[in-house]
Amino acid sequence: MSELQSVAATEVPQEATAADRPRSLAADAWRDLRRNPIFWIALGLVAVLVTMAVVPSLFTSIDPRACDLERSNLPPSAEHWFGTNVQGCDVYARTIYGARASIAVGIFSTLLAGVLALLFGMLGGFFGGWIDAVLSRVLDIVLGIPLLLAAIVFGSSYQPGENMGIWPVVIILGALGWTTAARVVRSSVISAKQQDYVQAARMLGASNLRIMFRHILPNALAPMIVVLTIALGTFIALEATLSFLGAGLREPTLSWGIDISSATTRFQDAPWPLLFPAGFLAVTVLAFIMLGDAVREAFDPRLR
Amino acid sequence: MSDLTIQRGPVPGGHLLEVRDLRVEFRTRDGVAKVINGVSYHLDPGETLAVLGESGSGKSVTAQAIMGILDTPPAHITGGQILYRGRDLLTMREEERRAVRGKEIAMIFQDALSALNPVFPVGWQIAETLRHREGMSKQDARKRAIELMEMVKIPAARTRVRDYPHQFSGGMRQRVMIAMALAMNPAILIADEPTTALDVTVQAQIMDLLGELRRELDMAMILITHDLGVVADVADRIAVMYAGRIVEHADVHSLYAAPAHPYTKGLLESVPRLDAKGSQLATIRGLPPNLMRIPSGCAFHPRCPYARDICRVTVPPQQVVGEGRTSACHSAKEVLHGSRG
Amino acid sequence: MAPEAEIHRSGGSADAEPILRVENLVKHFPISEGILFTKRVGAVRAVDGVSFDLRRGETLGIVGESGCGKSTLAKLLMRLETPTSGRAYYRGQDIFALSGAELRRLRRNIQMVMQDPYTSLNPRMTVGDIVGEPFEIHPEVAPRGDRRRRVQELLDLVGLNPEHINRYPHQFSGGQRQRIGIARALALRPEVIICDEPVSALDVSIQAQVINLLERLQDELGLSYIFIAHDLSVVRHISDRVAVMYLGKIVEIGTEEQIYTRPTHPYTQALLSAVPVPDPTARAHREIIRLEGDVPSPADPPSGCRFRTRCWKAQERCATEEPALVHREADPHPSACHFAERREHVVA
Repeated sequence: MSELQSVAATEVPQEATAADRPRSLAADAWRDLRRNPIFWIALGLVAVLVTMAVVPSLFTSIDPRACDLERSNLPPSAEHWFGTNVQGCDVYARTIYGARASIAVGIFSTLLAGVLALLFGMLGGFFGGWIDAVLSRVLDIVLGIPLLLAAIVFGSSYQPGENMGIWPVVIILGALGWTTAARVVRSSVISAKQQDYVQAARMLGASNLRIMFRHILPNALAPMIVVLTIALGTFIALEATLSFLGAGLREPTLSWGIDISSATTRFQDAPWPLLFPAGFLAVTVLAFIMLGDAVREAFDPRLR
Repeated sequence: MSDLTIQRGPVPGGHLLEVRDLRVEFRTRDGVAKVINGVSYHLDPGETLAVLGESGSGKSVTAQAIMGILDTPPAHITGGQILYRGRDLLTMREEERRAVRGKEIAMIFQDALSALNPVFPVGWQIAETLRHREGMSKQDARKRAIELMEMVKIPAARTRVRDYPHQFSGGMRQRVMIAMALAMNPAILIADEPTTALDVTVQAQIMDLLGELRRELDMAMILITHDLGVVADVADRIAVMYAGRIVEHADVHSLYAAPAHPYTKGLLESVPRLDAKGSQLATIRGLPPNLMRIPSGCAFHPRCPYARDICRVTVPPQQVVGEGRTSACHSAKEVLHGSRG
Repeated sequence: MAPEAEIHRSGGSADAEPILRVENLVKHFPISEGILFTKRVGAVRAVDGVSFDLRRGETLGIVGESGCGKSTLAKLLMRLETPTSGRAYYRGQDIFALSGAELRRLRRNIQMVMQDPYTSLNPRMTVGDIVGEPFEIHPEVAPRGDRRRRVQELLDLVGLNPEHINRYPHQFSGGQRQRIGIARALALRPEVIICDEPVSALDVSIQAQVINLLERLQDELGLSYIFIAHDLSVVRHISDRVAVMYLGKIVEIGTEEQIYTRPTHPYTQALLSAVPVPDPTARAHREIIRLEGDVPSPADPPSGCRFRTRCWKAQERCATEEPALVHREADPHPSACHFAERREHVVA
């Protein structure tokens, strides 16, 4: 019996690890995630909120735009669970419908930021040299642009009353919010580039494109996803801030920021038109950030 | 503070250092790994004991347990004693333990670069121990640091005392680490793979230096390594470890001439020789065991050419096979005599 | 797996033409200073004029300590770096003049096994993907439907269980991962394999397994190896010829017997004398040649013979005239020393 056969014979039984099925790193991370109660709580909240955004009619049958000036600033009652605001609109309905704008903005601006981050991070990190120098300077410039100022300038560039929906805000947030994620991508690309297995792929004759997509991108994705999941929560908060200041969404778009803004002046007399949207906002932001945190923890120790 | 100072001089009726039936577990999320399973060895003044083993054998963990630098959790010492001059280190109070660590027993590691702080000059680091532990003044400590650096043969010690770790070559850094370890004139030096990361010519220099220093300072040494050549060169006695147990204990000449354990025999036969060109290397088949699932009976039995039924069932006791020699093998005598062929 | 190449005894065939010929290969890494406007202030002369031949079916061992340039040499031969000057010919083709499709074709013939089994495999790819990647990059070698079978054959060839094709690297031990790396290197059926410290990161008992595997593969597939390592015993065991490198140059080259029993260059002698032999009786008559000082920086090597600053034989001539790597009177193999001579008891 050759030495190799005996090696193979003894290798198999001894080698059995905890799971005999193949275990990828994603599977390991998922296993950790599953055990984390915070993950489930956050996921539950996010699921509810997303449903609220997609099918608001599930939660209320009241039309948020059915406003009756005679019923302005009523306290919570059986008919109006959260009361009414200064214009006589049902606060509960507005809050439920308001979820859509906030969450949509959050998701789309995160997607935009993600695409930009990947582009800048991968190109700069992979090619290095002057490409990296130029892209890094661009990043620095973008980083220096104050969000609020940009939003106001951008917002004032189109006529008051003209409503482009959520897209201006999405563009502003995405275009200015990709920098942190890009840095994260760039540094993971740079470290992945130096790994032995990337050298090995080069030696096999792999093209740059292949190396980027097959070997480097998967390693850069995980940290980026972590950063962006947390950023999502931040984007939602930022949108509310911008809308509150009048530089974000505008009527007739339903948004928590807008509601909070218009409810501020009468806060002393009628706190509920402000408290309920603000509360929902806080919970939403918290839910996404908790989710991002749980994801980060699951991926973190898996640095193999 | 009198109960904290340890007396020097001959140990009444015992060994300088004695590890008795030490057991250590690593408790992780994936399970419990039995890293040390009843290890016993001893060290007498002036001698060099080599603890020989491959990765996963537990050789470094034993040393860390002696020094008291095991990370707990995940490591847990679940049994045994470590007697220094008759006193059990494991049951000592922390202040007493600290008095021993570094002062009586010192340790050097494989990677000097990570053992040295990169932001402080080496002279400062050497002197710090002296200032801290001995209460020396800055000038005195610095003078002594230079002396120590000269003792370990770092050229131009007077000027180099101001340099930072990264300004030294690998071999020189190792010397700095040795100087730090010897600052307190310890009775025992534990060297954990001190030359594995070094070039062969530098390795020879360092091992020479250690030998000289040992003699000069009358220090005992525990050398932890996997290198059969280095062991043959410097050790007086050898403890061979496998899967957290000592499988063979012998003086250096007997071990190499006639091993009494199949693992030792396998190791000796699988090493390529510098002085002869063989045709095919004899190998130990299979893989080292998963420490979370150590095979029943003798941990080596799945890989052992001498394995019998009893080996699967019963853990072999330490059998005396010669003067000062033991082997944890049911077929120890057979292996011993077989080698003479 | 039936090799298409003829089976050769290891030890080189009687082919006159070497399969790989390296001529005066030089690689200098520039050192620059300055942040915005950089200025070149010097160069690290990692490889400084290396020449050798590799014959079909033989194993050429390259030994040297850190900083001698052997890893850079490996990268040059794999075309991961471009040389500052010099040439290398594979079957008469200048490998540094190739590009595009021709370069890709060359990659099929020269492959490498890397040192660290823990970082040379992409942790996010299955073993099947890793060993199968060569086929994806060079689709002409194996039709898509055939690839899985070929991968399994390769796994079997290196002593792994083909059913583990869907496992991930972290589920394997170090020795097994190294076997995966070897399987990957063999996928395209290269003729030359550069082994860069392939067993240094492995346990002693596993080293023997992998060394035996490499030898067996060489016999079965007619491979030629360049075996780079710092462990002199391992190199002696596997090599037919050995080259000793110091500070970017080859200082001595010959058959393993010549180098290990009749070395004539002082550095080789010092190197061999420093290796501890696993034999305690050797202590008595072991004479270690002590080298003084540190290895000089490759950015500023000594004039003339680079070894002269640490050599006990150094004379004036050594500083002014660089010794050539030619046959010396002391023993008929090339040695770069003006005073090359044999020495007793180098290896205990």
